[in-house]
Amino acid sequence: MKPKRKKIDYSKWGYIFILPFFLCFFIFSFIPLMDTIRYSFFEYYRSGIKEIGPNFIGMENYVSLLKSDMFKYAGNTLILWIIGFIPQIVIALMLAEWFVDARLKIHGTQFFKVVIYLPNLIMASAFAMLFFTMFSTNGPINSILMSLGWTAQPIDFLGSVWGTRSLVGFMNFLMWFGNTTIMLMAAIMGISPDIFEASELDGCNSFQRFFSITLPLIRPILAYTLITSIIGGLQMFDVPQILTNGQGTPDRTSMTLIMFLNSHLKSKNYGMAGALSVYLFIVSGILCFFVYRMTNNGDLDGSKAAAKKAKREKRG
Amino acid sequence: MKSKGPNYFRSIFAHVTLVILSFMCLFFFYILFVNATRSHGDLQKGFSALPGAYLFKNLSNVANDGSFPMLRGIGNSLLVSGLSAAICTYFSALTAYGLYAYNFKLKKAAFTFIMAILVMPTQVTAMGFLRLITNMGMYDSLLPLIIPSIASPSVFYFMYSYLESSLPMSLVEAARIDGSGEFRTFNSIVLPITKPAIAVQAIFTFVGSWNNYFVPALVIQSKEKMTVPILIATLRGADYMNFDMGKIYTMIMVAIVPIILVYLFLSKYIIAGVTLGGVKE
Amino acid sequence: MKKRMVSILLMAAMTTGCLTGCGGSSGGSGANQAGTAEEGRVINIYCWNNEFRERVEAVYPEVAETSKDGTVTTLKDGTEIHWIVNPNQDGVYQQKLDEALLKQADAAADEKVDIFLSETDYVNKYTDAEADVAMPLSDLGIDPETDLADQYEFTKVTASDVNGVQRGSTWQCCPGLLVYRRDIAREVFGTDDPEEIGEKVKDWDTMELTAQELSAKGYFTFASYADTFRLYGNSIGEPWVKAGEDKICVDQKIMDWVEDSKRWLDAGYLDKTIKGQWNADWNQAMGSSSKVFAFLFPAWGIDFTLKPNWDGDTGMWAVTNPPQEYNWGGSYIHACTGTDNPQHVKDIILSLTANKENLLKISKDFSDFTNTQSSMREAARDDKNFSSEFLGGQNAFGYFSPVAENIVMAPLSAYDQGCVELIQNSFSDYLQGQVDFDKAKTNFETAILERYPEITQVQWPE
Repeated sequence: MKPKRKKIDYSKWGYIFILPFFLCFFIFSFIPLMDTIRYSFFEYYRSGIKEIGPNFIGMENYVSLLKSDMFKYAGNTLILWIIGFIPQIVIALMLAEWFVDARLKIHGTQFFKVVIYLPNLIMASAFAMLFFTMFSTNGPINSILMSLGWTAQPIDFLGSVWGTRSLVGFMNFLMWFGNTTIMLMAAIMGISPDIFEASELDGCNSFQRFFSITLPLIRPILAYTLITSIIGGLQMFDVPQILTNGQGTPDRTSMTLIMFLNSHLKSKNYGMAGALSVYLFIVSGILCFFVYRMTNNGDLDGSKAAAKKAKREKRG
Repeated sequence: MKSKGPNYFRSIFAHVTLVILSFMCLFFFYILFVNATRSHGDLQKGFSALPGAYLFKNLSNVANDGSFPMLRGIGNSLLVSGLSAAICTYFSALTAYGLYAYNFKLKKAAFTFIMAILVMPTQVTAMGFLRLITNMGMYDSLLPLIIPSIASPSVFYFMYSYLESSLPMSLVEAARIDGSGEFRTFNSIVLPITKPAIAVQAIFTFVGSWNNYFVPALVIQSKEKMTVPILIATLRGADYMNFDMGKIYTMIMVAIVPIILVYLFLSKYIIAGVTLGGVKE
Repeated sequence: MKKRMVSILLMAAMTTGCLTGCGGSSGGSGANQAGTAEEGRVINIYCWNNEFRERVEAVYPEVAETSKDGTVTTLKDGTEIHWIVNPNQDGVYQQKLDEALLKQADAAADEKVDIFLSETDYVNKYTDAEADVAMPLSDLGIDPETDLADQYEFTKVTASDVNGVQRGSTWQCCPGLLVYRRDIAREVFGTDDPEEIGEKVKDWDTMELTAQELSAKGYFTFASYADTFRLYGNSIGEPWVKAGEDKICVDQKIMDWVEDSKRWLDAGYLDKTIKGQWNADWNQAMGSSSKVFAFLFPAWGIDFTLKPNWDGDTGMWAVTNPPQEYNWGGSYIHACTGTDNPQHVKDIILSLTANKENLLKISKDFSDFTNTQSSMREAARDDKNFSSEFLGGQNAFGYFSPVAENIVMAPLSAYDQGCVELIQNSFSDYLQGQVDFDKAKTNFETAILERYPEITQVQWPE
């Protein structure tokens, strides 16, 4: 990629091609972001049908948020995310490994892939609505459990802290494990078969092969999965919102940060919502910085691309 | 002999696990389907494993309810998701190509910038976004749901990686020698090469947009512009006049059936697209 | 931002301007004959379900037809009523209505809100004199003193602002009764006679003894603790928020509800598995396989909630007096400031809330308890026309009518809906044993401050 001097200078085309992206980002993300930050320093809300403010109040919104239950909601968000993510990544790794392992002779691979990916397509709101009715105290799940004789009393899933949290986690797991499986499968397939063959000749068993070859080689994709999942987790909203009707019941133990933000947006408290947004923005920035550092040793764009390259080279 | 033993048991274990997982995935849809075929009265009596005969009545109840314009909602969702997927993948590929194929002063900065905003949750700008589009006169319109998808950092990232691994610059040079303009090169050479990546990302974008609830709930005001997730969400706040569980289940079913159909038709393509790299060997 | 404030100020200026302007040109009742020529072609009505539409179709003589999906009703003169329906729960309806009201001044004539409905829980927010979004009825040419003389007094007070100017009118008033299962009554008490059962539930102390009897035979008295809330909530002595204050006062009555509900729940008089109202579990409690003896419902509840959920033989339910008089619900019709259809709006309001014949018809067709005292007294005596098959031939109006005359409206505030909703949410965790009492209080404070940023403190009874 060393353009020769006599060649035409194409650099303006670079600017032209990336212009729409940046223009669009500037208008629809940057301006709103600045606006949000600005109003976070104001007292500004809607009271009934009257509008109060904006009055400049400095850092007051930030301070009162620190005094609120914000950290509790951050904890909730983290817990809900972990409950869903751990089984998701474990199962996905297992499945991906199985699918690419020819020796297992998995029947109906295509069918299974289609089925496990299916829940990912269902809108979270409809899925949550469905779970809400199915897991209600006198709902279908309880009727089934009782008719099977597994429980004498209906289980109050949504009435207990861990019942609700587990349901949210379970739904996130169901919706995402298929997607992760397929991502990881692609990554594993990208590993050169020669390496696997060599390992087999060296007498590696499946576990050794998985832990010392597959896992290290798909690390960039794992990092990608982790990052996207963290961002998704931080933004968790639809499922707990609809499952608990925006209340995060019981005792606000399943109230996530975005639900908290939403309740301020709903009461049209622009100032408070702005301050909360800024906190969220900072947190997501920090989180991702750490994850990048952890998994890529500071190589921001190199390793993922390298993995892809390896994969493509196999193909070509 | 030695290696067949453990593999045999692993294979059985794998099959059992897969069947259980598939059962979990399908079970809920089955219950949904069964409940959608039963009347409110039937549902009152408790759960049944067998479908009832009330499906068509429920369907016509859903179709004729003006306060939940489901068909209209599906149409809106199709429009928004389809256009979003199209412009999102096109412009992401364009941006990725711009950063990949050209050298310019701000290249590194631009790339780093996009990587940094990759992590920005959409919700943090929601408030400003709402005020902005209100000022621009786009409140209660479908446009703000479509246009911003031009700037999708994660799709850009995917495209960039893909280009890096599958577009040799020599191809571009060759096109230039043939006298092809830069835009033509992009449209007629680069785009076809990135087709698999575009297909995958188009589907992800489509699904993401179809299922998006947060932004449309803020932006959309009038009934005839509502997308499916908003309509579904209003069900949660059912009113005593509308409290017909059979209808609610049917509505959820209607909301997810189109996407499942599309998926079943394209599933091979989707999964093959994601795993394209390895299968070829 | 400045732009926004300016536009709001402008809007305020324009609406007041328009009001005086309209008043001037129409000259009071003179506009009645001026007629429909100046009226807009579209009447936009904001409401939360089909209830109002069905009643308009039933009694408003100008209705020609309604489209199949129920979104447009055409009147005989070609004017179209557009129904804009948003669900009431979770404040969605008010949110959408507020958006529309803020844009009212700038909206094109056919886009303007002409009529909107409000519920007792938040009628106060819209009848506020300062906000001035609901027109005083007198500005429409309706004189509450004469035109609405036959209405129940408390409904008129409810729809008035602080200065006593009436800004809305309703066709229904919602006295509540106790509805019980005859078969369970026969089994437990040996009788299903409303008079005798009425004795057994006449006040809370007697009610609790009765609950004990029911519980001994394996029955629940009520389905959920939310069922009894209205009775306590209606008898608060002070409004949740006093005018001009930014402090929420939780009344002792509300704490009584918490205390009594806890006792009842622990004693097994209420079904623990049913949490709140308007959910599938609660619906199932109205079915034939349920063990719940009674519900507390006004007329609409019996007709729209109980009846569709009952899957046994008809005639198995009966009504009697509740342990305490209460009112639940009531939809107020408001003419929206800035309407371009004042004549139609006036006609609709009069025809739906002041015409005795129409209201009797609504009572007959929809079993509503309607808002004319004289006709309700007639209905109470008229067993032939007003006996209900669902209630085993009983004439419920005989029980409704005395309750209605004794209703004293609890003092209202604009914050009622949020307070009522959130206090039940917060304390249901306590009632189910998830959190202790103090935690429930804190949770209520957190939730209410989030909902209403202008509230600064919550005061609990000593």
